[in-house]
Parts: sequence; C-alpha cells; structure tokens
Amino acid sequence: MEGLNRVRSFFKKRSRDMELDAELAAHLELAVEENMARGMSAEEARRRALISFGGVAQAKEQHGEARGLPWLDVLLQDLRFTFRTLARDRGFTMIAVIILGLGIGANITVFSVVNTLLLRPLPLHNPQELVRILSKTGSGESSMTYSSDATEEFQRQNRSFQSVSGYYAFSGSDNLKLMGHGQPMPVTGLMVAGNFFQTLGVEPSIGRLFTAEETLHKSRPVVLLSHAFWKRQYSGDRGIVGQTIELNATPVTVIGVLPDNFDFGSIFSPGYKVDMYGPVIFDDIRDEGNTMALVARLKPGVTLAKAQAEADLLFPALHFSVKHPEYGGGYTGRLLGLKDYVSGKLRRSLVVLWCAVGLILLIVCVNLSNLLLARGAARSKEFAMRSAVGAPRSRLVRQLLTESLVLSLAGALLGLGIAFTVTTYLAYQGSIALPLLSSVRIDGAALAWTLLIAVTAAVFFGLAPGLRISSANLQEVLKDSGHSASDGKKHEALRSVLIVSEIALACVLLVGAGLLLRSFLRILDVDLGFKPSQAASISLDYNDGNDAGKRSVIWQEALRRVEAIPGVETAGITDNLPMSRNRSWGISVKGKNYRPGELEDTFVYVVSPGYLNAIGMHLVKGRDFRWDDTDKTLGTVIINETVARRLWPGQDPIDRIAVAGGMDARVIGVVADVHESSVEGTPGWQMYVSGVAPQFGPEGAQLVVRSKLPPETLASTVMSTLREMNPAQPATEFRPVQRLVDHVVSPRRFFVLLVSIFAGLGLVLASLGIYGVISYSVTRQTQEIGIRMALGASQARVQWSVIWKTLTLALIGIATGTVASLMIAHLIASLLFATPATDLSTFLSMILLLLMVALLAGYIPARRASRINPMIALRNN
Amino acid sequence: MAEVKLDLLQGTLDLMVLQTLLAMGTMHGYGIARRIEQVSGDEILLNQGTIYASLVRLQQRGWIAAEWGTSDHNRKAKYYSITRSGRKQLSEDAAHWQRLTRVMGRVLATPGEGEL
Repeated sequence: MEGLNRVRSFFKKRSRDMELDAELAAHLELAVEENMARGMSAEEARRRALISFGGVAQAKEQHGEARGLPWLDVLLQDLRFTFRTLARDRGFTMIAVIILGLGIGANITVFSVVNTLLLRPLPLHNPQELVRILSKTGSGESSMTYSSDATEEFQRQNRSFQSVSGYYAFSGSDNLKLMGHGQPMPVTGLMVAGNFFQTLGVEPSIGRLFTAEETLHKSRPVVLLSHAFWKRQYSGDRGIVGQTIELNATPVTVIGVLPDNFDFGSIFSPGYKVDMYGPVIFDDIRDEGNTMALVARLKPGVTLAKAQAEADLLFPALHFSVKHPEYGGGYTGRLLGLKDYVSGKLRRSLVVLWCAVGLILLIVCVNLSNLLLARGAARSKEFAMRSAVGAPRSRLVRQLLTESLVLSLAGALLGLGIAFTVTTYLAYQGSIALPLLSSVRIDGAALAWTLLIAVTAAVFFGLAPGLRISSANLQEVLKDSGHSASDGKKHEALRSVLIVSEIALACVLLVGAGLLLRSFLRILDVDLGFKPSQAASISLDYNDGNDAGKRSVIWQEALRRVEAIPGVETAGITDNLPMSRNRSWGISVKGKNYRPGELEDTFVYVVSPGYLNAIGMHLVKGRDFRWDDTDKTLGTVIINETVARRLWPGQDPIDRIAVAGGMDARVIGVVADVHESSVEGTPGWQMYVSGVAPQFGPEGAQLVVRSKLPPETLASTVMSTLREMNPAQPATEFRPVQRLVDHVVSPRRFFVLLVSIFAGLGLVLASLGIYGVISYSVTRQTQEIGIRMALGASQARVQWSVIWKTLTLALIGIATGTVASLMIAHLIASLLFATPATDLSTFLSMILLLLMVALLAGYIPARRASRINPMIALRNN
Repeated sequence: MAEVKLDLLQGTLDLMVLQTLLAMGTMHGYGIARRIEQVSGDEILLNQGTIYASLVRLQQRGWIAAEWGTSDHNRKAKYYSITRSGRKQLSEDAAHWQRLTRVMGRVLATPGEGEL
C-alpha cells in the first residue's frame, strides 16, 4: 500500500507540492495568529513562528523523501546531469560509445554463436535423448555407416532405444532433376529412413510424414519438401501438398512440408542444403553395402553408458548381409550424444573465441577507465565545488557511476546493432561449414548477456575513476590550478598501471591470433595432392542404361566436346571429388590373408581416363587409364602412395594383382596421396578405378574442367555444350574446385578471421590508450618542458624523454604479456597446425608489432612536446 | 548548556503523532506540533516542519486520514484523524516502546563496577 502510494506521489509531484505549500502556509499563519494573540508584534510573531517551524526547505525535502521515490528522484537528477555533461563533451562521448560498442558488439556476437552452438539445446524435441551412432574405427563416410541388414537387425535387437533411424549418407547435392518447369532444375534430395522425422521429433507444418507402406519396394514414390524449398519453388502454396511433381522422369507425390526450424544440413552436414526428403527403401539399397548413417532416440531413463554397453554386445554380431553371413560384419558402434556430434569438436575453438572477446572487453574497460580518469582530472574542480556545497562522496561516486552506466548502455545499444548485423550475415551466408549457424540470432539470452556485460563493464571502468576523483583533496584542488605535483603523480601511476595491463592484454591477444594465423597459413600451404585452382566441376547428366560400353561412348563424346571449347586445357570425369562426398571399399593383395585390422577402408574414386590430369594429381609411377582398359576378367586400378607402401612395402606395385572392391585388378599406376577429406589430417588409403570398365559403375558423374579462364566465363559455354549432347542436362552450377577446399577450411578461416579482428581491435585500443596517457602527461608537463627547454634542453632530448617513457611502459606491458601468452599458448596448442605453441618467430613478430605501434602512439605526443615553444609555455599558465 | 533539548529518536515522532491524534481527535498539523511541544514540556527538539514528513508517511501507510477543512477562525487547513488500522498500529508500537523503555531502564539501573 505504501509502495503504491509512493509511486502515485512520484507521478503527482506537482499537485502534491502545491498542496504541501498551502498546508505549510496555513501552518505559519496559525502560528503567527497564536503568537499575536499572546501579544507579540506582527513582525516578532512571524519571526518566532519561522524559528519554531525550522527550515521550510528541509521540511519540504523531508516531506518529499517520505512521500515519493527519493532514489528515483536522485537517479533522474543524475541522468539529467549526465546527459548534459555528455552532450557538452561530444568528442569524448562519441569515442567512448564507439569503443564500448565495438567491444560489447564483439561479445554479443560471439555469445550468440557460442550460445547457438554450445549452450542452447538442439532445435529438436528432447534433444538430450538423441544419439548419433558411429563406428569406433575409420574416418570416411563408409566406415560411419551401416548396411540395410545391419540397420534392421539393430532396430529389432536393441532394448535401449525408443527408435533407431538414419539417413542415406551418399546423397550428394543436386542429385535430382525437377522437370516440368522448362529446363530441368537440379534439386537436392535426401533419402531418410521412414521413421527419421518421428525419431527426431519433427512434425510437418503441412501434410503428413511417411507411412510404413511407403518404405516398401515398388511403393508409390512420395517426398516431403523442406520449408525453404517450398517457399522458394512453390511460393509457399499449401495446395502443392497432395500434388504430383516430376523427378527424374518419375511422378512423385508431395505429401507434406517440413517446419521452418528444421534444417538437416545445419545439424548433420554443415553447408548441405536439402530441398526434399524421400523415404529410404531398405530392399532397394540392400546390395549397396554400408550406406545408412544412424541416429537413435534413447528410451527415457536409459543412460548413454548403458546403451553403449548394449551396443558393444550387439554391433559385432550384426550382419553385413543376412543372405551372405560369410561376409561377416565387423561392425562397431560408438554412441555419441547428437549435441556432442554436432559441436563437440568446436568446443575448444569456441571457448578460445569467447576468451578472446573477453580480453577485448577487458581492454575496452581499461581504456575507458583511462579516458574517464583523464576526463576526471579535468573535472576535478567541478567535483571539488560540488562537494564543497554539500554533496556527500557517495553522491559523487553515484553520479560518476551513472555516467559510466549511461555510456555503457549507449555502447551496448551500438553493440547490439553491430551484433545484429553480423549475426544476420552469419545466419544467411552459406559458405562457413559450421553447424547450426543458420539459427544464430540475438535472443533473450543474448539480450540478458548484453545487459550483464554492459552493467559489469560500467562498474568495472567507472568505479576506479569514480573513487579516485571523489577522494581528491578538496582544498588542494580548489586552491591550486590543478597542477599539483603529488596528486598528478598518483593519478599518473594509476594510469600507467592501466596502460601496462592494456598492453599485456593486447600482447596475449596478438600472440594467440598470430599462432592461429600462422597455423592457417601453414594449412593453406599444405600440398593437397591435387591442384584446386584453375579447375571447376559440374555434375554431368546422361542415361547409359547402366552399360559400361554406352557410358564410355557418352563420356568420350562429352570430354571431346568440352576439351574443344577454347580456353579449356583438359577435362575428366569422376564420381566423387576430393573434399566432398566420399565412399570406401577394400583393397588387398590377391591371394594374401590378412589379420583383422591390418587393412584399412580405402577411399575409391570411379574416374575417366584423363581425370587425374584434369584435377591436377601427380602420377608417381606407371600410367593413367585408357579408354580400352575394359578387360572383363582383370580390371585395372591406380593406387595412392600410402596403399603402395602398405600393401607392397619395398616393392614395385606396378602390374601386381590386387583385389579391389571385390574384383581382381591389375595395378597400373601410383599417384601421390590426396587430402581426401581434410587438409589437416593425413591422407588415408585411396584407389582409382576406371568408370568405363565393366566391373565398376560410378555413382553419378562430376565433369572436371581445367582452364586458365575463370569458371564464370566458361560456365555458359560448358552448359550449352552439354545441352547440345543432352537436352535433359540440368542447370547445375559450374563451380570452382577451390570452393570445396574453402568449404573444408572455412571453420578455421572463420575462427582465425574473428580472432585476428579481435587482436587488431586490441592493438588499436591499446595504442589509443598509450597515446592518451602520454599525450596527457605531455600536456600536464608543458610548463616543465618549457623550463627545461629554456634552460637548454635540445628538442631531441625532450623528444627522447617522452619516447623513453612510452618505451618503458610498453616494455613492462610486453614482458608481462609475453609471460601470460606463454602460459595461454599451451591452452590453444591443440588448435594449432604445424606450429608449436611457443613458436619463436610468431612471438617475436607479434612483440615487435606491438612495440612499433606503441612507439608510434608515443611518438606523436613526443613530437608535440619537442615543438613546445618555451616562451609561450612559460607565459601561459 | 543546561537547556539542551532531546533529539528525537527515529520513529518516535510517528508514534507521538498517532498518540496525539488518538487523544485529541481531528487536528491540523500546527495543532499536532503545538500539542506535542506542550505535552513534552518543551523538552524535545522539534522543528515543527518535520511533522509534515511524518504526517505524509503515516497517511501513505493508511494509519491516518486527511481532509481539508476550516478552522475556528475561518481559515483553511488540512485536518488529520487516526484510522482504525492506525489505532491498531499505535497499540502495537506503544506496547513495544514501553517494553523497550522498561528493559533499557533495567539495564541502565544495574550498578557499575566500584560504584557499590
């Protein structure tokens, strides 16, 4: 009741004040009347009445405090005053808000990314129950997948999961042609197990999910559309559900549209955009081997460890093929929480990123502290005056804190703007292969975080100057012109400490960024085993009726025509490109028995003659395929150096007979290892077989064209050439092979870019800080310098003394920072590539850079100091 | 300095105002202030102006009610009267106060060392 009345009074201040005035006037008149009745003169009566009343102003003030919200009154007063001061000091305000905005903006952005990738649960129903099933060995897609039979067996046998589902792992991009819209349009279709969406807990926004009948052989084909594709292709027309569309000359019924917030790529395969989903028909892929990537939902109450224990029993017993139990299975199952699968590998990078922006915020705070101190020194008279007329110290500190809070919140507002721009960009760009990036946004948590860091920062950078200024000696300040030596010294000592810590923080940031940058450069320098530059690829469409002979004719014709295009050096065909989809088979020496584990899964590429040349691989020994390598009984195979070394150690592998993918094949060549899935990892076992040999069929075809011309110039000619041959060739993109590599290194590029930006920001802030402090001290010492110059100090000497001061601060800061960097470098050692955590050249170059910038920041005021005219300096006070 | 007056303890003025209104019925601010001065025998230091902070506080707590009226000499003034919840509060506070003074009295009455 009282609180409510206080709020009411606060808003009715005017009328309440008038009422009080009337009441007080009545009071005095009553008193005067009574006094006069006692026989006093009118004047004396009034005097007495006023004496016994006490101070009218105090009474009103007390009344106001008892009545309204005094703290709010004070706050409003402080705010009004703050806005006035800040508006007057526009330059300072702008710099402070920009610095804070950059620091806070960087923090909000990184927090949003960290929040989306690490902290927030996956955008799925009860995501903590979801598990990805991987094998315990191997690295390629094939070793992470299971056959139809194994999948079905595990679905039946397990007791830990509510449901086990999965998706077809080899579906590639632009793998379907959507007909009926003029030129055939390439679309990306993914096959998922019938219960995939139920397992993830995804409900369609329109229509329904797959039925059990639709996953059976020869059932009526159906698809679900992704929300984005539905919007793009059908402009969000709800009527499309139930209609038939034509995919690869097959009529397919659209049964539903998935919700907006479900993005397969962002969870399972960053950068992969799926347009439509069809049901996996297990019977149709039974002979394709290991193709299913498994996802499962734990039963409530079953722990991951318990499920893993069960998986350890079940997986080794699963059959690759029930019809052929003699093939065995050799499966293992490693259960990984889906969240861990999605972002586990990124945790360390993200934490480093988070620490980096934390450092930035610290530097920003130190910088602001410094600015406020400098400003406080200029305002010391104002504060002395206020405290002389009765403002308590707490009120002064409160005033200063209000100012920092206002600055900080303004900075936060600017920061939010920056962060909003950056996160929107991140969410809509498609080139950074980080999971969940499309759902990065500024949400409630980010706003709360913003408020938290803004307030913390305000207290952090406002408190020290606040206490320092409010404790200044009142008399001294008022008496003196502000040049009191002892106070200035103390002031400067504090500022020097701030500068040293700022340099140290910047040093840590720079060294960290330097190490990451060096790693990144090392990665770009890695010999990939092929030459991604000046090569581009396009997915090739044709109908060979699964006949190797027909395929050979089509391929030769396509390559002949494409190579005839002016500017094209050479061309080739492969089914899988490096750094993209992969698949593995086995290879072994014919007639030799191997212990389990001795052989490794071998990445296999079904290629045309000339492909090795087109992609820029290096043939070490032997020869490339020929169009006439079509022996039905003995195939041909080209192996990489790793396979050569492991299967035929110390021998010449050429003309040896191997069993490749279950077929006998003669080794005709050895190529240098290719980084097939990552730049950082070591290449695995690889082999190449001919796509025109009857033994091996390609899964799709990528035409690789090598040319000095940029792909965009070549694209239309290549497309029209292909269309001449095959009018059904869909308009897929002719994209540079370099993009595949960029995609793979994009997460690292992203982190390096961010950390470098932060380090640059730290450097700029630190140099601003140095400049501010040195410049201030030069201004303060103008007279002193003037005297020294009048007594004969040379310009060079004055200049040197200022620079020496800068140098001392910088060296102390750098020494501290280097020690801290050495400790911190070990924490990021696991993120480095071919760069030791104590890399001397990185340390030295970063220290040198910091020193140079520091000296430059000190040189400008030093120059100014040396130009001081002693006459003027001494005359002016 | 024989005529040093008593400073008012925090909260005691509110109690006095309530008691005055209970005893005297409806009164204006000046009347209350004069009454307290008279009853205390001019022993407490009361700036009459401070009474208004107390009055508005009590009013906002709902313990007294206020109304503009006219005095005997036909002068407009704001008149205060104690409410039902004000009476209840007064009896509680008075009991508490009396207990406190009793205890204080007892404690202060214990003889000091060497004063036997």
